Amino acid sequence: MTGINEILHLLVTANLWQAALAAAVLLLLPALGGVISERSGVVNIAMEGMMLTGAFFAVVADLAWHNPWLATLVAMVAGGLMALIHAVVAIRFRADQIVSGIAINIFAAGLTLFLVNRIYGIQDVGHISPAEALPIFDVPGLDQIPFIGQVFFKQNVIVYVALALLVLVHIVLFRTRLGLRIRAVGEHPQAADTAGINVYAIRYGAVVTSGVLSGLAGAMLAIGVSNTFVPNMTDGRGYIALAAMIFGKWTPAGAFVACLIFGLGEAIYANNSIIHISAYLLSMLPYILTLIVLAGIVGRSSPPAADGIPYVPGSE
Amino acid sequence: MTAATTGYAVEMKGITKQFPGVLANDHVDFTVRAGEIHALVGENGAGKTTLMNVLYGLVHADSGEILIDGKPAHIGGARDAITHGIGMVHQHFMLIPVFTVGENVMLGREPVTGPDFYNHARARDEIAKLTREYGLALDPDARMADLPVGLQQRAEIVKVLYRGANILILDEPTGVLTPQESKELFGVLRGLVKTGKTIIFISHKLREVLEISDRITVMRRGKVVGHLVTKDTSEQEIATMMVGREVLLRVDKKPARPGPVTFKVENLTASSDRGVPALKGVSFELRQGEILGIAGVEGNGQSELVEVLAGTRRATGGRVLLADKDVTSFDARTERDAGIAFIPEDRRGTGLVLNYSVADNLILGRQRTPKFAWRELVLRLLAIREWARRLVKEFDIRTPSIETAARNLSGGNQQKIIVAREMASRPKVLLAAQPTRGVDIGAIEFIHRRLVAERDEGTAVLLVSAELDEIRSLSDRIAVIYEGKIVSIEPGDAPEERLGLLMTGGGVARAS
Repeated sequence: MTGINEILHLLVTANLWQAALAAAVLLLLPALGGVISERSGVVNIAMEGMMLTGAFFAVVADLAWHNPWLATLVAMVAGGLMALIHAVVAIRFRADQIVSGIAINIFAAGLTLFLVNRIYGIQDVGHISPAEALPIFDVPGLDQIPFIGQVFFKQNVIVYVALALLVLVHIVLFRTRLGLRIRAVGEHPQAADTAGINVYAIRYGAVVTSGVLSGLAGAMLAIGVSNTFVPNMTDGRGYIALAAMIFGKWTPAGAFVACLIFGLGEAIYANNSIIHISAYLLSMLPYILTLIVLAGIVGRSSPPAADGIPYVPGSE
Repeated sequence: MTAATTGYAVEMKGITKQFPGVLANDHVDFTVRAGEIHALVGENGAGKTTLMNVLYGLVHADSGEILIDGKPAHIGGARDAITHGIGMVHQHFMLIPVFTVGENVMLGREPVTGPDFYNHARARDEIAKLTREYGLALDPDARMADLPVGLQQRAEIVKVLYRGANILILDEPTGVLTPQESKELFGVLRGLVKTGKTIIFISHKLREVLEISDRITVMRRGKVVGHLVTKDTSEQEIATMMVGREVLLRVDKKPARPGPVTFKVENLTASSDRGVPALKGVSFELRQGEILGIAGVEGNGQSELVEVLAGTRRATGGRVLLADKDVTSFDARTERDAGIAFIPEDRRGTGLVLNYSVADNLILGRQRTPKFAWRELVLRLLAIREWARRLVKEFDIRTPSIETAARNLSGGNQQKIIVAREMASRPKVLLAAQPTRGVDIGAIEFIHRRLVAERDEGTAVLLVSAELDEIRSLSDRIAVIYEGKIVSIEPGDAPEERLGLLMTGGGVARAS
């Protein structure tokens, strides 16, 4: 019983929610990428690899140029390039998108490990100095609001960026012409093609965007949170983001809610020193929730109709 | 013929298109006069759809040229076709079920405000305008998936008109429609021609072609084999051209001599894949030596009905009796053993294992019988081969060998494998679901003859078909299914109008 009481006590502390939101954002960015990619009809399970690639190159660039903003940009480009490989394989060569995604994830893990050894030797990569990290930004005035201030307005800059992106992606997908076309391509590419929409261009754009967003999440993780690179430091976040996307029924808002739940779980087990539930047990939470969702217990969650199906022009 | 003065809306000259293994279009010349309804007919695989895909830019011809309104046109994609005023209503609708009517119609030419915001209000106005202009009423805010097929097709036509099409290509437009909806469509087409549109009507239903078109182009095996003026031709002449030999259009059959009732369905209920009730109390009796047709618009429970009877779907209530034995809860294997044969509607998915050889497909479902297996364990290959050779000959299955994978056969020959397998088991009851769907005229003729022969030998045949003509020409009695209920059982010669009305839920004085 003490475990439950401790969690309840923990749930009313602002620190926990602050950590939960930060953790959620690391999931939200790749999840948004996944939503965009899959809404256009390309299954993307490679956010893990794209994020890892982003994390690595963020550290490399930051150590080289001592500029976190430039490093973040490099991370986004690196994530985007990784996504481009997936796009070419999945769209141009019509390969199985799951297999391609797995390959990207394995490739990213191997590539970063190889490059760490090549560039820095087998020793530690080395830490970037706090001055060169992506900063925490306290929003003047708003950060003084009790509780809310600490949770929402004393966060890493990328958190604000991610929340803005959340709103932006929602608007683009559901309010704009571009969004209508992305969804059309993901639902029925033949229909989109016959309406004069360039199916390939939309899909390439969507997949690369997912890589850019994942790369941004990698940058935040590496030079905003950890200030170093450790092999496989993304630690399954790309996969949890995938789960969040499904849990959120392929919508940005739904994915965000899922990310918050998962982020909260992560924050709780990060505070495990004061509560007595196995960290391993808590870390299973996202996957269990995902299985529950996939089994259709919490409402049906169905992907875009053409998700994962390569488009062959002229086919029925 | 010189361009510009000829009054041709479309001139396609020497169009050739080679697909791997098939010459889909072989120097095809095709011309359509402005303001006419021009029918393009031919069997499946004759090259009609390829030709139209070339015209619409979805497929690129290897050689040949296209003139639109007398001027040479390069059509590299759908976008070019749209610019040239060509619109296509596809056989499989190019509609997005989860989008609204408005979004579907606007797609590709969406009204926007500000940077890129989709403008719902203007979309509504545009559709209202088109409705006024052409008399095609539609609710722009309805979700496409919620509309009946006839209205979905109307949305397709409106979509094409919204893009400013003057030349409309309709690919097998009546395939999914009820007779009433087809009539309405023809009215719409005649109206469109009056406003100056040109229409290309692709079909293999000759009666409709004769009813609606001005001129006809006939294709066979990638070539144009005839140009006809509709008022000077006949169904028989077109059919002969299409097939390349004389064909029997009417099924030749003697009156049935029905025996005793052998198969009884009582108050049967079942759910669809989505878990909603699909059969709401279906009852009928089937006699030996008769064909009972099930007529209905697709999606009214006929698929579920045959699946329950074949043992591949569970009934939620009611009973099925085969010679007074309750077989309701039998699975596919026991149903088969009891003497119920099944020609499923999904030939490629359910009826065959496409990667298996013709021979293996011919024993599917009977692989355990002593004839083909020793103690249900080891296949008797010699017996299987002999059996396959016999059936291939008897049912005229055109295949290079009995070892050829079923995948490599034409649709008609694939279907003949299933028909042969099921009929050769000497069933008491034969369930035939869409037995001639997507099959060429020659094979249709053959399958029809075999169904009647099966009847004459005393088999009880249940025929489910979306083609009302097929139902009417084969059935001794016709049961009309509507929303999961048999609304009426009619004699085999019931008029088409009455059946059409019943199929759409009309014409019955609420007899419960």
